[in-house]
Amino acid sequence: MSFITVHTDQGTQQLPLGSTVTDLLAHLNQARCLDDTAVATAVNGEFVPRSERAQHTLHDGDAVLCFSAITGG
Amino acid sequence: MTRQTTPWHIGDTPLTSRFLLGTAGYPSPQILREAIIASGSQVLTLGLKRTLAVPGGGDNGFVDIIRTTAREQGAHLLPNTAGCRSAREAITLAHMARELLGTHWVKLEVVGDEQTLQPDPFELLDAARQLVSDGFEVLPYCTDDLVTCQRLVDAGCRVLMPWGAPIGSGLGLLNPWALRTLRARLPHTTLIVDAGLGAPSHATAAMELGMDAVLLNSAVSQSGDAVRMATAFRHAVQAGRTGFEAGLMPTSDVAVATTPVGGQPFVLL
Repeated sequence: MSFITVHTDQGTQQLPLGSTVTDLLAHLNQARCLDDTAVATAVNGEFVPRSERAQHTLHDGDAVLCFSAITGG
Repeated sequence: MTRQTTPWHIGDTPLTSRFLLGTAGYPSPQILREAIIASGSQVLTLGLKRTLAVPGGGDNGFVDIIRTTAREQGAHLLPNTAGCRSAREAITLAHMARELLGTHWVKLEVVGDEQTLQPDPFELLDAARQLVSDGFEVLPYCTDDLVTCQRLVDAGCRVLMPWGAPIGSGLGLLNPWALRTLRARLPHTTLIVDAGLGAPSHATAAMELGMDAVLLNSAVSQSGDAVRMATAFRHAVQAGRTGFEAGLMPTSDVAVATTPVGGQPFVLL
């Protein structure tokens, strides 16, 4: 197949095969769903540092979650 | 001249304020800002959440005001791992917090019960071990169980955050005996009573026991006047610590006369 499906809080996203976390964030940023400078990312529950996003290739069915700072006690 | 109470440390960082403040549940960013300033707190807690971090901010500006006010006041940010139910989740969240907030401090929370929100001691210990190994300054939110606390210290935690009562309950110190025991048995560990404090008198009591600091959130944010309440807690923490350093009088089960009348005034001996 020439595309993959990944699951995010912004819904299911279809991306070209070989897409990385950076590609996904750029895709979400374009759609004004996400400020990729203000989030940390996890793929299938594992933290992916910002420095590794461009090298982290996504696979079909991956779950990518983005976290931001909030108020807290 | 009023003598300042002794400074203390979180890890290698010296602090003078012994009042740590949570940032959740305030009616507005401006009130939160004013409460932070009124509290004199040098440590502010935040959380992390799966949110739609939209451009321009989607939280009505709360996080921005915390960052700005912290910078102005010279305060440190302390991210928590609230909501995590396993060591794995807490470890992942801690790493994300470090990247987002630029601090290696983490208030480690791993929930073990949905009603009391008390920590799962086994997952907490596993997470603490890993995060200490990963270079974090781990501040575990724990119960007042001595054995669990000792294991956390053995795992490398230099700070412990035993509860006073369940989070948000406002019940105060449910087990002063246990806190007193922790103080006596862990004399070299920084102890911060966290959770359950509802009134300034609770904070004073905690400090009089010899605790190094307190952390509270709801008692201020849920007050009718959060800014005045932050001021009240500031004074309460200072009063308790000053009293502790001055040395509390010994207690007695019977009366001890204070006025030196030397017997009964109208009885000839």
